[in-house]
Amino acid sequence: MKQTTFRRLAALLAAGLLASGAHAANEQYFPLQSYRVGPYAAGGTGFFGGFIDYLQYINAKGGVNGVKLTWSECETEYVVEKGVECYERLKKGLNGAPSAATNPLSVGIAYATLDRSTSDKLPLITINHGRTDSTDGSVFPYAFPLQLNPHSEVSAIVNYIGQKSGGLDKLKGKKIVTLYHGSPYGKETNPILELLAKKYGFELTLIEVPHPGNEQQSQWLNIRRSKPDWVILRGWGVMNPVALKTAKKTGFPVDHIIGNIWSNSEDDAAPAGDAAKGYISITTHPSGTQFPVLQDIKKTVVDAGKGNLADPKRFGNVYYNLGVVNGILNVEAVRLAQQKFGKKPLTGEQVRWGFEHLNLDDKRLKELGAYGLVQPLKLSCADHEGGGAVRFQQWDGTKWNVVSDWVQADRKLLRPIIEESSHKYAKEKGITPRDCSKES
Amino acid sequence: MFYTEAGQFSSHYRTDRRLFRLRQDRYSLYALLLFAFAVVPFIGSDYWLNAILTPFLVLSLAGLGLNLLTGYAGQLSLGSAAFMAVGAFATYNLELRVPGLPLLGSIVLGGVFAAAASVLFGLPSLRIKGFYLLVSTLAAQFFVQWLFTKVGWFSNDNASGVITAPPLVIAGHDLSNPAGRYLLTLGFVVALTLLARNVVKSELGRNWMAVRDMDTAAAVIGIPLARTKLLAFALSGFILGVAGALWAFTYLGTVEPHGFDLSRSFQVLFIIIIGGLGSIAGNFLGAAFIVLLPIALSLASGFMPAGVIDAGQLENLQKIVFGLLIIGFLIKEPEGLARLWQQLRERARVWPLRY
Repeated sequence: MKQTTFRRLAALLAAGLLASGAHAANEQYFPLQSYRVGPYAAGGTGFFGGFIDYLQYINAKGGVNGVKLTWSECETEYVVEKGVECYERLKKGLNGAPSAATNPLSVGIAYATLDRSTSDKLPLITINHGRTDSTDGSVFPYAFPLQLNPHSEVSAIVNYIGQKSGGLDKLKGKKIVTLYHGSPYGKETNPILELLAKKYGFELTLIEVPHPGNEQQSQWLNIRRSKPDWVILRGWGVMNPVALKTAKKTGFPVDHIIGNIWSNSEDDAAPAGDAAKGYISITTHPSGTQFPVLQDIKKTVVDAGKGNLADPKRFGNVYYNLGVVNGILNVEAVRLAQQKFGKKPLTGEQVRWGFEHLNLDDKRLKELGAYGLVQPLKLSCADHEGGGAVRFQQWDGTKWNVVSDWVQADRKLLRPIIEESSHKYAKEKGITPRDCSKES
Repeated sequence: MFYTEAGQFSSHYRTDRRLFRLRQDRYSLYALLLFAFAVVPFIGSDYWLNAILTPFLVLSLAGLGLNLLTGYAGQLSLGSAAFMAVGAFATYNLELRVPGLPLLGSIVLGGVFAAAASVLFGLPSLRIKGFYLLVSTLAAQFFVQWLFTKVGWFSNDNASGVITAPPLVIAGHDLSNPAGRYLLTLGFVVALTLLARNVVKSELGRNWMAVRDMDTAAAVIGIPLARTKLLAFALSGFILGVAGALWAFTYLGTVEPHGFDLSRSFQVLFIIIIGGLGSIAGNFLGAAFIVLLPIALSLASGFMPAGVIDAGQLENLQKIVFGLLIIGFLIKEPEGLARLWQQLRERARVWPLRY
């Protein structure tokens, strides 16, 4: 009796194993190097929550042309070597479903997996961040700093200040102070600002705030003394609310401070309380839940109790919406690649083709229910950024309100600088750039 | 029974002083090396080679570097990551700016630069001891990180301050594949471990231990304190520098100053505390504990049925378990894993008898 039960069990198990092996699933896999604990958990839970919810939403609608999306998470804590370990652990796919692309949302991890992504032929998506020069797809075939790279970011801010002053020629003689975080990230755009200052003739002062930036009295006293027209805040973490509070204390008008892409979340403005009222920052995607795609996600995923966010109040905030935007871009790349390679699970190399040919115009964005949420985007072999536009939003004390249309960066001006840097990289690494005129 | 020294006699001083006097030790070491060099690269998957074995080896090497200084010479230091950073950035700049210098040469010279930095920051050790010295090495930690962030020249004026590894080519062989990276790392680790093992058995090593145990007494019996301490800083810095270069080039393939922050120094310190101060094997055991255990826990938690515990809480749970294990080990064996290993060998010598 006992033996037969055992045998039956064994047979069942074997059958199960065989089935799972033979079941070469009709699935496309997303390896998620997420971070839900540690100092950056707020960003990680929001971003990956939005990303996962969008993937669930697509699955609820039947997947991408019938191909279901799967994913699994590996915790990185925003730590580089953990991210590398996760990359290596997940890159091979899951239960036969091939990986589409990696989305670490961490500059450090992106840098460390750049070479690996190229040799493993797996796209590396660094939405709104990453190496600026990876915009040049001829040198970095597998890296995609989608929407906005750091250079475009400052260029767009300067263009916005120009608009506000009544034209770029009015910038001449204006005083702009950039308050930046004392780290490679903070310093990265200083050469571009200097270039723009020379081109438009405004007076630029660069002031550094040492990490972590919880004491800025002397910097703001300096700013008050020089009475600039605008202050660009290039902050990170605790530095942002402290900057706003100190600005108020020293009497600098907060509505003339413009925050960059890492100073633009609810978590940057809210802790400053009243001092943040009127604070302006850039964003590549408005927060809010009014977009049709978010309403659909709410209906099919969140209201069904399957939402990924532990705190439903965060639905529609900056990080969450970035996750949704990232989901849209990833899924669209897969969809596009399926048109060329067939409606089946694709390899990373094929998905890369999809990313490189992404072309989201207003019509397609309306179909996706993401008009106004995602900027029009057109990528190519040479251009892995695609957009380069931002909108500006203003904090009213409780939430962000969008106050401008899309403002474009001067990408023509930036391109030679990007190419100079990418070619230097190619030379250091011994890479022969692709000839983009021969790519289809 | 199998592990006994009965019948093994030394007829020369040379054989008596060899690194591993027991035949069994020697043979198992040869077997291990043969396995590591000839078998692992073929059977190891990308994941094992890239994400587990390479960082394990590099951190073992870093532990070795700090152990010489702290475990053998008794000089406390929290600057390990700084010297690793010096090694990494020096190697990068040598590759970039000195044409014709082979990769191995750059890594070794990178270690030499780290040794020089280490000696410089070791100078206070001639006057201060213990926790005060710890604080002065902390200065190295902050200064080096600040320097590499501040001065763009070190990262070849890369706007983001991040350096990328040069092509890993040795004598025409491309070592960029996972097995190549692993073998390069293993080669350095084995060579430097043998060097360290030799040094600690030499006069210098004995001087270090004398200084560690009581430096006044050591001075009285004629051990030159300044020279002994600075040599400890130099050798330790050299090994840490090489470890830093390997971390940057064979493991991550890129590095930013932030990657060598204070928490890395603490990590190396924990490796030697858990592994065992004043032990060579302890570094490997400690690194295995620090590197492999969290990964094992994370993999194990993957088998938990999904949805029972929130993903974020599961991560915190792993940290709690890991912390408990550390506390447990240190209560059971305050002298580290190396001591457990030693006890195991004592036991094996008399097995199957008890005494």
